[in-house]
Amino acid sequence: MKEITVTVNGVEHTLEVDPRLLLVHLIRENLSLTGTHIGCDTSNCGACTILLDGKSIKSCTVFAVQVNGKNIATVEGLAADGLHPLQEGFKETHGLHCGFCTPGMLMRAVELLEKNPNPTEEEIRWGISGNLCRCTGYNNIVRAIQYAAAKMRGDELPVTDPEFV
Amino acid sequence: MIQCKTSKEIGGMGHSMRRKEDARFIQGKGQYVDDIKLPEMLYMDIVRSPFAYAKITNINIEKAMALPGVLAVITGKDLEQYNLHWMPTLMSDTQMVLPVDTVMYQSQEVAAVIATERYIAADAVELVEVEYEPMQPVMDPYKAMEADAPVLRIDKEGKTDNHIWHWEAGDKEATDRIFDDAEVKVKEQMHIPRIHVASIETCGCVANYDKVNNHLTMYMTTQAPHAIRTVIALVAGHVGLTEEKVRVISPDIGGGFGGKVPVYPGYVIAIAASFLIGKPVKWIEDRSENLQADSFARDYHITAEMAGTKDGKILATRFKLLCDHGYTDAAANPSKFPTGLFSICTGSYDYGHSYAEADAVYTNKPPGGVAYRCSFRVTEAVHAIERITDCYAQEINKDPAQLRFDNFINKDQFPYKSALGWEYDSGDYHQGLQKAMEVVGYDDLRKEQAEKRARGELMGIGISTFTEIVGAGPSREFDILGIKMFDSAEIRVHPTGKAIARFGTKSQGQGHETTYAQIVAEELGIPAEHIQVEEGDTDTAPYGLGTYASRSTPTAGAAAAIASRKLREKAKKIAAYLLEVSEEDLEWEPGKFFVKGAPDKAKTIQEIVFAAYTNHPQGMEAGFEATHYYDPPNLTFPSGAYICVVDIDKETGEVKVRRFVAIDDCGHIINPMIVQGQVHGGLTQGLAPALYEELIYDEEGNILNGTFMDYLVPTAVESPSWETGHTVTPSPHHPIGAKGVGESPTVGAPPAIVNAVVDALSHLGVTHMEIPITAPKVWKILKEKGAL
Repeated sequence: MKEITVTVNGVEHTLEVDPRLLLVHLIRENLSLTGTHIGCDTSNCGACTILLDGKSIKSCTVFAVQVNGKNIATVEGLAADGLHPLQEGFKETHGLHCGFCTPGMLMRAVELLEKNPNPTEEEIRWGISGNLCRCTGYNNIVRAIQYAAAKMRGDELPVTDPEFV
Repeated sequence: MIQCKTSKEIGGMGHSMRRKEDARFIQGKGQYVDDIKLPEMLYMDIVRSPFAYAKITNINIEKAMALPGVLAVITGKDLEQYNLHWMPTLMSDTQMVLPVDTVMYQSQEVAAVIATERYIAADAVELVEVEYEPMQPVMDPYKAMEADAPVLRIDKEGKTDNHIWHWEAGDKEATDRIFDDAEVKVKEQMHIPRIHVASIETCGCVANYDKVNNHLTMYMTTQAPHAIRTVIALVAGHVGLTEEKVRVISPDIGGGFGGKVPVYPGYVIAIAASFLIGKPVKWIEDRSENLQADSFARDYHITAEMAGTKDGKILATRFKLLCDHGYTDAAANPSKFPTGLFSICTGSYDYGHSYAEADAVYTNKPPGGVAYRCSFRVTEAVHAIERITDCYAQEINKDPAQLRFDNFINKDQFPYKSALGWEYDSGDYHQGLQKAMEVVGYDDLRKEQAEKRARGELMGIGISTFTEIVGAGPSREFDILGIKMFDSAEIRVHPTGKAIARFGTKSQGQGHETTYAQIVAEELGIPAEHIQVEEGDTDTAPYGLGTYASRSTPTAGAAAAIASRKLREKAKKIAAYLLEVSEEDLEWEPGKFFVKGAPDKAKTIQEIVFAAYTNHPQGMEAGFEATHYYDPPNLTFPSGAYICVVDIDKETGEVKVRRFVAIDDCGHIINPMIVQGQVHGGLTQGLAPALYEELIYDEEGNILNGTFMDYLVPTAVESPSWETGHTVTPSPHHPIGAKGVGESPTVGAPPAIVNAVVDALSHLGVTHMEIPITAPKVWKILKEKGAL
């Protein structure tokens, strides 16, 4: 066992962990933050995406011991009060169905918008291509991220009622 | 625009109400099975077979048992003592829970390890030593049907071949006569490959047996919690788990799509382990286990034929199917329908004769045949009819849109009796295709295609105009293991006018917490925001058969409307009493009863409900509650007109979907935003098998793409930006005129895509492409045809 200190959603934790413990299990089991999900065993689905020192990573590909002294943000810490513009965007534009991929999508999109505050549809599609969603067909996830981008830039918000002719 | 009868505040039908369930999902507060943690909970992991067909000669558990933290290793021989080593499937076949002596497919469960921690259980799996004697598997379903094929199911007494069942529908002789005399006949062989639902959440459970109270609480990923409770009681009643001692809880479900209907061995082993050890046992499968061992979908080999006149009138169709079920028929169809509702294969066209026959066969593949986002084999049927219709159009050199217009069932022909006996409730197929053609700009696209073809570029336009059959189903024909396929709603309105509504179905992302509330709001005028919807707990919800086959709106949605109407009748009596008028003098508008001609003399639903608890008429039962079990008089028949435009890269063979227009008709729409979202998602699950997905096995029975690294679920990059629209042809027999929509796009999209690709290559003499249409497949054809 090895002792690590890690800050998660602004709270510092010191824990004894098995050197082989995956970060995603540290988050889900040791810290009981079950918003971060597991959808595969080959690092393809992105359901476990979190922010490590502000960078989106798949927490199933990292050992807990590797985050010693670092800063982690999960979906539970996305908004200190109320909803983050991305959370609002996902709700407003119907960017989720079953909700299982949603936390990973949200955390991925945080970094995407930080690097590119005004992404095109194609840039969003490539930007979330490491995260699988089986329910939505992605149309509305793209719109959700566009909504959040507009809100974070302080621009006029896009129409969120469905374009359903 | 969709007209709404209620205000936005009430939020009845037609409003794009934002989803009530989203608050927890976007904040990481959903509760899925793997999020459940109980005191003293143990973890289960499964040892799986590396061989597709082998005798088990020995299982040595010593090393695994010696690992600290391991409590038990369970084998088939252990379960055999309790007669739990085999279980029935929903299709009255039998499936091993754990094998005693033989494994029948690669990745089959061989033993289960129970340990104090997840990682220890996984370590112990590696320490279980299993000795196998491999045998040559039978992988090809056609070879499995040959007379000299080895018999796989020797566990079945007297079994002398690999044939499971034969099914047929229609008048063979009359159909054959039409084919004999027809001017034009087309025939195509098509395989609808084995695929997987691949919901992002895999399957799992927490079985919690309480020895003191002899009570089992089973948290599990199931789309049909009530049916599962009954099955558990039927299978385990003899050891004391009678039905009142079993509670099944289906918490938040991370996508189902039909894959969470069956009972998998893992669930049963977890129950057995918890029962024997007396502690909660959690089992969560890995993605690879999920892809390799859970129920597959499709795997139908179809010969489709169409007969018609030279000028394009369809006269008859014929279908012959070989259905590969793997080692057992573990499909989840209504019991009387071994091929599900394949007999919708006559499609949207008006002609008198059809004949379909099917044979099912055992092979050394995983069991299943689940209805993946499809009302039991409708995907296969729609693929066959929509492909063969295009083959016919191509054969007589007629525009595929015109051919469809010329053969559609007219809107005034409904209710329409199809050649295979279904009574289509309603439809307006001409309007749908007309609209799709306008939105996509069909005539301009044809011009563009001609120009491009002249320049040597490859572009195709494909159409699919399908009829779905959903909402199983009327009790005279539809049951699962004898339980009729009704569904239910129970509404309780509290004294302050807010309500809780419970249902026998179970949302897996469809948004029931919102849409059911909207139905009740529509009927009672109570704001949808104040109607709490609950599903998935068998201790509290009324009995129902669950959510699959697009049946929730057609059955439980109908039950919600009728239960609400029962309450409105009661409300009327109370209003008449409060207003001191007779019931005949009252009129309803959403949210209140008022006196005819005196609209200010009114009682709101909230005032009426309050009176039901505080001032109800003498002789009337107090309270404000209603329950309804809805047995549909018929199925519902949603339809759609889809047009796909593809461009093909000649250098690589890659198919790019440039545009895809989907016009759906699901009758009256409860929530346009959710309907549109369902269509987007379903289309992507139609794109996937058309271009990317197939579970591939080699001759030795090895799965070649059993992980997400090589089984390509489309990402946002592969998926096009879908264009959606609707027409509204209400179901005449459904209380709110709704039909169900979730599955239409999955069913309708693949043939539109294939038809587009074939259309792009038709000038080269290509008449058919097998799915998935991968780039190498296209490139190979281009090379063969000298078109590179």
